[in-house]
Amino acid sequence: MDARVTRTAGLVWPGEGISAAVPYGVFTEQAVYDEEQAKIFRGPTWNFIGLAAEVPNSGDYKATFVGDTPVVMTRDEQGAIHAWVNRCAHRGALVCRELRGNNAAGTYTCVYHQWSFDARGDLVGVPFRRGLGGKGGYPADFDLKQHGLRKLRVEDYHGAVFATFEDEMPSVQDYLGANGAVDEHLRRVLEGRELEVLGHARQYIPSNWKFYAENTKDPYHASLLHLFHMTFGLYRSSQVGGVKITNGWHTVLFSRAGTDTQESLDQTKDSHLRTYQADTYSLDDMSLLKGRKGEWGDDITLVILSLMPNLVVQQIQNTLAVRQIVPKGRDAFELVWTYFGYKTDDEELRNIRLKQINLIGPAGLISMEDGESSVICQQAVVRDQNEWSCIEMGGRDVEDADHLVTETTIRAFWDEYRALMGY
Amino acid sequence: MSTAVATAPVTTTRQEVEDLIHAYVQCIDDDRLEEWPDFFTDDCLYKVIPRENADAGLPVAVMFCDSKGMLRDRIVALRKANIYAPHFYRHLVSNTRILGEQAGVITAQTNYGVFQTLLDGETRVYNTGKYVDKIVRVNGALRFKEKLCVFDTYRIQTLMVTPI
Repeated sequence: MDARVTRTAGLVWPGEGISAAVPYGVFTEQAVYDEEQAKIFRGPTWNFIGLAAEVPNSGDYKATFVGDTPVVMTRDEQGAIHAWVNRCAHRGALVCRELRGNNAAGTYTCVYHQWSFDARGDLVGVPFRRGLGGKGGYPADFDLKQHGLRKLRVEDYHGAVFATFEDEMPSVQDYLGANGAVDEHLRRVLEGRELEVLGHARQYIPSNWKFYAENTKDPYHASLLHLFHMTFGLYRSSQVGGVKITNGWHTVLFSRAGTDTQESLDQTKDSHLRTYQADTYSLDDMSLLKGRKGEWGDDITLVILSLMPNLVVQQIQNTLAVRQIVPKGRDAFELVWTYFGYKTDDEELRNIRLKQINLIGPAGLISMEDGESSVICQQAVVRDQNEWSCIEMGGRDVEDADHLVTETTIRAFWDEYRALMGY
Repeated sequence: MSTAVATAPVTTTRQEVEDLIHAYVQCIDDDRLEEWPDFFTDDCLYKVIPRENADAGLPVAVMFCDSKGMLRDRIVALRKANIYAPHFYRHLVSNTRILGEQAGVITAQTNYGVFQTLLDGETRVYNTGKYVDKIVRVNGALRFKEKLCVFDTYRIQTLMVTPI
């Protein structure tokens, strides 16, 4: 094969420009994980930290993560959103210890020595600054301005809030590829809408975060792993759909239910797949699959947006959710789901969204299986760090496709990953 | 006097409610899941709700069935459709209290804990929380009209397929 290159932790990669295989050590090596935190999550990327609708009022806050770094998203008294590293500038303690809440006083006080910061992360007060009874206290030249929290740059893009450690980043829209397919699909569900947060769900999955990133860029598996998709036609590789890639590794996968041609359905049937049981498998209560068609003025029934490095945005039937990927070490990640609808939803539509969570979430009749597939990959790649995966469905190149029988989007992920990591 | 006794509501004892809940969790733990829907009324409501949402007043449940048919569909999917790691559950339940009884509907609250054992033989605390049940009498037997499982363990280990 082509020239090979050796990188971090002795991992041997295919030569430059070949992204149809990766060494399994990328999922197991601590040195790779540590490098990712610096070069990806704290590098030149925009990381999703929450929906603006999660902090609707002045004083609201939410604790979250960028990579594995704890950060807090806040809304100040003027209504602007900020983010800072959740680590006191004094001696390193967590400043915010709640998941979310409202801080009417507008100050965030570390419990350890009561250093106080405002919503922007600026230090506004320290106890005993001048000492007590003329003794102790901070030196005369101690400057509060020099001891603020580490701030991240923040952008609210149509209600999705992103943060970056890199001050020189272009706007979120340019990062995603302005007016490209990913940007357009994101705006399709967010732009001009007032979002209503319906709730959260969390999964802790003993697998490297990149196995899940691959999964969200993989139209090939969805017919073959998920019986509900295939049997009920919620998604099939035989449907009209496609994948598009923008600005390196942001991808969108979309399909239209009910568009399978007879020829491709016959071929599917002849394949005798476990997941295709349309003639024998049925539901007692079909209300689960009763959605509302045409909600977005088109006939697209499934959209998976995979915005690197840490966000999936989904429209599956009528369910809307953002999924935030939080790496928790080389062999674990947390997946945080936030389901939402629109303030304008009628009661019936709201109930449809809530009921369809039975399909998509930690207990989702479809999506639980993505957790499981990530786990069984992690369990199997131990030790053979320099064995390679094979990512050749649909060819070996990286380009948009007008069909769903491809892994081109996974190749796009690895292409950009290698560029950022210097692999 | 005798007439009054005849028309007085049947008072349900905690013992009866506990028997129902014990039978329910043993049905799940013994993997007789096909019988699980029979503990509910036809027009039941079953929700498994992360505490995070319950505390914030948000409606999302990870499992949400509003008919006995949906309960059956869950079990058929578990048996025939879904891909997940084989496992055992072991429920421990305690602190059952009847909170009230109105128009034949008993409200009861119970603590529960579910241990999960995967085929590697390791047992983990998988899910703990409380049942908030609305129980009615159908043909003399107690059935769940509504069962809310509000779980403290709101970060689910990998996935949830078996009902709580």
